[in-house]
Amino acid sequence: MTAPQFTRVTSHAALLVADDVDTDQIIPARFLKVTDRAGLGPALFADFRASYGAAWPLARPDAAGAQILIVGRNFGCGSSREHAPWALVAAGFRAVIARSFADIFRGNAVKNGLVPVALGDADHAALVAAVTAERATAVTVDLAAEQVGFAGRAAGFTVERFARRCLLDGVDELGYLQARLPAIAAWERAREGAP
Amino acid sequence: MFEKVWAAHVIEDEGDAPAVLGVDLHLVHEVTSPQAFAALAARGLRVRRPDRTVATMDHSVPTARRERGGGGPAVLATIDDAGRHQLDTLARNCATHGIALHGVDGERQGIVHVIGPELGLTQPGMTIVCGDSHTSTHGAFGALAFGIGTSEVAHVLATQALLQRRPRTLRITVDGALPAGVTAKDVILAIIARIGVGGATGCVIEYAGAAIRALDMEARMTVCNMSIEAGARAGMIAPDDTTFAYLAGRPHAPAGAAWDRALAAWRALPTDADARFDREVTLAAAALAPMVTFGTHPGMGAAIDAPVPDPAGVADADERAALTRALAYMRVEPGRPLVGHPVDVVFVGSCTNGRLSDLRAAASVLRGRRVAAGVRALVVPGSLAVARAAEAEGLDEVFRAAGAEWRSPGCSMCIAMNGDQLAPGQLAVSTSNRNFEGRQGAGGRTVLASPLTAAAAAVTGRVTDPRTLEVAP
Repeated sequence: MTAPQFTRVTSHAALLVADDVDTDQIIPARFLKVTDRAGLGPALFADFRASYGAAWPLARPDAAGAQILIVGRNFGCGSSREHAPWALVAAGFRAVIARSFADIFRGNAVKNGLVPVALGDADHAALVAAVTAERATAVTVDLAAEQVGFAGRAAGFTVERFARRCLLDGVDELGYLQARLPAIAAWERAREGAP
Repeated sequence: MFEKVWAAHVIEDEGDAPAVLGVDLHLVHEVTSPQAFAALAARGLRVRRPDRTVATMDHSVPTARRERGGGGPAVLATIDDAGRHQLDTLARNCATHGIALHGVDGERQGIVHVIGPELGLTQPGMTIVCGDSHTSTHGAFGALAFGIGTSEVAHVLATQALLQRRPRTLRITVDGALPAGVTAKDVILAIIARIGVGGATGCVIEYAGAAIRALDMEARMTVCNMSIEAGARAGMIAPDDTTFAYLAGRPHAPAGAAWDRALAAWRALPTDADARFDREVTLAAAALAPMVTFGTHPGMGAAIDAPVPDPAGVADADERAALTRALAYMRVEPGRPLVGHPVDVVFVGSCTNGRLSDLRAAASVLRGRRVAAGVRALVVPGSLAVARAAEAEGLDEVFRAAGAEWRSPGCSMCIAMNGDQLAPGQLAVSTSNRNFEGRQGAGGRTVLASPLTAAAAAVTGRVTDPRTLEVAP
């Protein structure tokens, strides 16, 4: 099976600089009554968007078509719903740049080819300032180099080693685990046979 | 303790790949599993260990009161097509793969994190996963239990193993004894208020100290349940005689000679005296009070008699903006306690506080009292077994006599997927676990609290300190 791949993306960015954006804001629970993963784009930020009204940052014409989303701290806290990255990917995003991520969201994102980029505070602030000043600023997320480039500046980030390899090489995690089934079965026999 | 459970389940840990971690128990529900079963079907794979997989229906299940036995399709009279399709899909997947399913007509149906312990499936030293972030609940037994995404649900269905990086460790010690009227829910809300919603990111928490040891198993589950609200991967409490007494005689607990062997292994699990943690936090139980949240994440909480913080006093600009937005959403005034704030709905239930002891606590306040005019109060047992036990001791009559709704088991208004939800603008005092914007229904406002505090709000129609009400024993 093919796994989602990612090397680099260059795009203008959408700014949603809020902290602790939880998965209920990313996709409200009423949209989880699905049995497939397609078509969740319109559900993205459905209620969060409404609560901002006309000030919803992603409704700005200059945010349209952005493949990079810039957020604040602890993005994706809350539930384990993988519908959150499914909705972000369906809406055209390929990378999320934050100051930090919640653990489950980060894991779910990489499994769907959505790169979670955590920047240090100074780099994050510089990026937000650059994009705020000029919304058309081209932002490049380069996973191979683990660098975010913008306005002549380069900011380093790290993605967990195995996740990075999976994304760069298209490694299929389930296939990787299946290849370890003999070891898994041997471990189970030893454990279940133990007193 | 964490190291012991981790080490016992690492199958392979080589090179730059994460550890291959063996999974003892995989719990499955209707919302996060259909795409995982579809992924297996697309590859022509079978569920590898249906004997280690248990399913239930909880998130999408209507909780309008229903009679059991031969209820059949009428049970689902109020469900919408999408919800029904999810339940049907789970039933079909379980039948195809030979997975035990506690469905809507089953005698053991209930919230996944309520029935696991109830059935004795949850045991010390196990690894337990589920496509649900509140899987941390099962850590109350000294199990390593955590929520996973749907891709990982497929991994576990197909291989009974997961790829995991070793988390860091955080010990939270609660010393001393809890004052009257202060419960496990107040302890965990105080912990989250202290360390923040991202405070335990990347960590497994071990809860320790005299106040934790003194909690019964249901209260320990309440504490571990909300570990994820501090960002933790899991929360654990060392197993002890309280744990073993709870487990003895449960349907899936070991029996006879197997019990003796298991007990010996379980007794070796608690943390060694010289164990090191990456971080330590200590709280004094005596200083704790009933807690309420005033904002839009579980870290925005305070003692019920303490003033809601004023954004003007917050130094960090982002935190100030977040607090300002949260208070505006909640329509809460800073600088004074939340006590007295009008309430529209009271919800008692969920995997956090939907067990028998929680219903007893709520009933202790509601007995001989009436739900205030204009307030809707819902009591939703966490499982059918909880409902039966509550009915056996007449709690349902207490709730009905007070004017509260006694409903059937499910996640209900905690996640508001089944029709139980707030109308826009309504404010609920809720025993559930998340007060995110719109969590209990678009535009709804949530105040998280203990069952005692929730019941007190139901009878007065306002946020009320339960210590100010006389409570029948």
